[in-house]
Amino acid sequence: MHNKHIRRIYMIPYALWITLFVITPIILVGYYSFFDIEGNLSIVNYQKFFTPVYLKMTLSSFWYAFLITLISLIIAYPTAFFLTKTKHKQLWLLLIIVPSWVNLLLKAYAFIGIFGKYGPTNYFLEWIGIGTKQILFTDFSFIFVAVYIFIPFMILPIFNALNELSPSFIDAANDLGASRWATFRRVIFPLTLDGVKTGCQIVFIPALSLFMLTRLIAGNRVITLGTAIEQHFLVTQDWGMGATIAVFLMLIMFIFMILTGKDV
Amino acid sequence: MRKLQILFLSGLLVSAVILYFIFHFNQYQGHSSQNILTIFNWGDYIDQTLIERFEKETGITVIYETFDSNEAMMTKIEQGGTTYDIAVPSEYMIDKMRQEKLLMPLEHEKLPNLKYIDERFMDLPFDPGNKYSIPYFWGTVGITYNTKLLPNKEFNSWNDLWDPALKNEIILIDGAREIIGMGLNSLGYSLNDTNPKHLKEAYEKLSQLTPNVKAIVGDENKLLMQNNEAAVAVIWSGDAADIMFENDAIDYVIPEEGSNLWFDNIVIPKTAKNVEAAHQFINFMLDPKIAAQNTEYVAYSTPNKEALKYIDSEMVEDERFYPPPALTKKLEVYENLGKKNLATYNDLFLEFKMYGK
Repeated sequence: MHNKHIRRIYMIPYALWITLFVITPIILVGYYSFFDIEGNLSIVNYQKFFTPVYLKMTLSSFWYAFLITLISLIIAYPTAFFLTKTKHKQLWLLLIIVPSWVNLLLKAYAFIGIFGKYGPTNYFLEWIGIGTKQILFTDFSFIFVAVYIFIPFMILPIFNALNELSPSFIDAANDLGASRWATFRRVIFPLTLDGVKTGCQIVFIPALSLFMLTRLIAGNRVITLGTAIEQHFLVTQDWGMGATIAVFLMLIMFIFMILTGKDV
Repeated sequence: MRKLQILFLSGLLVSAVILYFIFHFNQYQGHSSQNILTIFNWGDYIDQTLIERFEKETGITVIYETFDSNEAMMTKIEQGGTTYDIAVPSEYMIDKMRQEKLLMPLEHEKLPNLKYIDERFMDLPFDPGNKYSIPYFWGTVGITYNTKLLPNKEFNSWNDLWDPALKNEIILIDGAREIIGMGLNSLGYSLNDTNPKHLKEAYEKLSQLTPNVKAIVGDENKLLMQNNEAAVAVIWSGDAADIMFENDAIDYVIPEEGSNLWFDNIVIPKTAKNVEAAHQFINFMLDPKIAAQNTEYVAYSTPNKEALKYIDSEMVEDERFYPPPALTKKLEVYENLGKKNLATYNDLFLEFKMYGK
């Protein structure tokens, strides 16, 4: 009886946290989305969202987030696989994680220099005879930097999944005459799928609402839903429209979670 | 279980101690002493020797703090942790701060030197009768370009930006008022125009500019121009002056159709504790000789007519920063268009950004 009582007390922080910082904000976002810029109750924001401007923006955010996730995955899986085979795997893993300790803004500014017209990348391109190219403020630079920033979050869960995979499964597959490719396709990949799903979620969801990089690296030539929310809250002060976009962003994320979720 | 309870309690205790110190420091920052004047200004926006001189002449101790955006400044004043006696917001912020009741009316009889301010810069729409603010520096929006990268190109008009030869060379400032205003100006309309037809025209004209637009950025534009990253930028004259100081090849021009006229202004925020000293300081800064010395240091355009006499003539005769009257007449101050019109501007600007390359 006493124990049960104590357990209830320990639930308080969790319950408080969830109500104050999860449920209340979501309700507030929903609430604000029903006010137009003059503060009148209306659904004008929702009508506005279904105009070509915002639909196009949603599609392009989706497309960029998809590309960022896909490229991260393509690079991260082999990397994680390689890491599990190394001798000091925790050390190598740490080296990949360390850059994520550096402030995002600093990294973005560094890339402005690296990709600049007179930066090292163009110096190299010039040297190998390709010649100076416009790299900064292109789709390429945007996706490259985004992948660079998100990739540790993709590698970590995949690494953990691979690391926990018992080698006996692979031995069994080998003994039963499976080729290396078949072992990977039939044994390793399905067993690490949860790690891949987690990685995709952790990358895709923030990638969908990226905003700072769109200005610093893409020079506002890539507009995502995140950029629009930022603008509505800070510049236009049209909180209603900003909140409406946030509602749709949450819906998209929710759908994505269900699609990639572990048997929800 | 007991351990967890101890941990929880010690956590509470630590928070309480921290809270106590926060209150303590806030009180300390609120220094209610009569002889202290707290100034909140943009970074590197005053000749520091003038502050020393003011301290010596009046016996007032000056605490000088800086901010890097109007929004950050307003938030800090709203929050009220520090009792700023002087702040220097841009004109559009004055309107906002006035509406939020964050400003204190100025007592003009305590500012005899106010008479030296050029009449052109007094009684402007953002603060009728200069009830709350005194112009500190002013400037324009215009075109900077790199004469080395574009040896044969001259800019006189906004329409020169639409030249196909400038493909992927232009950096725009990330501001809806500035860019939509530029579109309106290029068509000969006022940059305060709210006629939906004119705005649509401006948007369509701007969308034709997209092949030439390399990027739409904020403060990074200075760095990009200094490093010859881009050949042309639409920019505030103050930033242009900074870039020109770093890179000799850069020139600045105010387009002939007209452009925006902006102001940074001295105000006394509601948080002020030492209103008397604040007036003293404003009057001190309005003194022509002092304003002249400050202008030579900051290198922006001063609204102090009398001060011009004491400034290096080369600086005053520079038409890029002190445009001739014929051009000045075409410059417009941003009016507060109201939330709804501002939203239209922002929506069009967002659409312009999304317009395919």
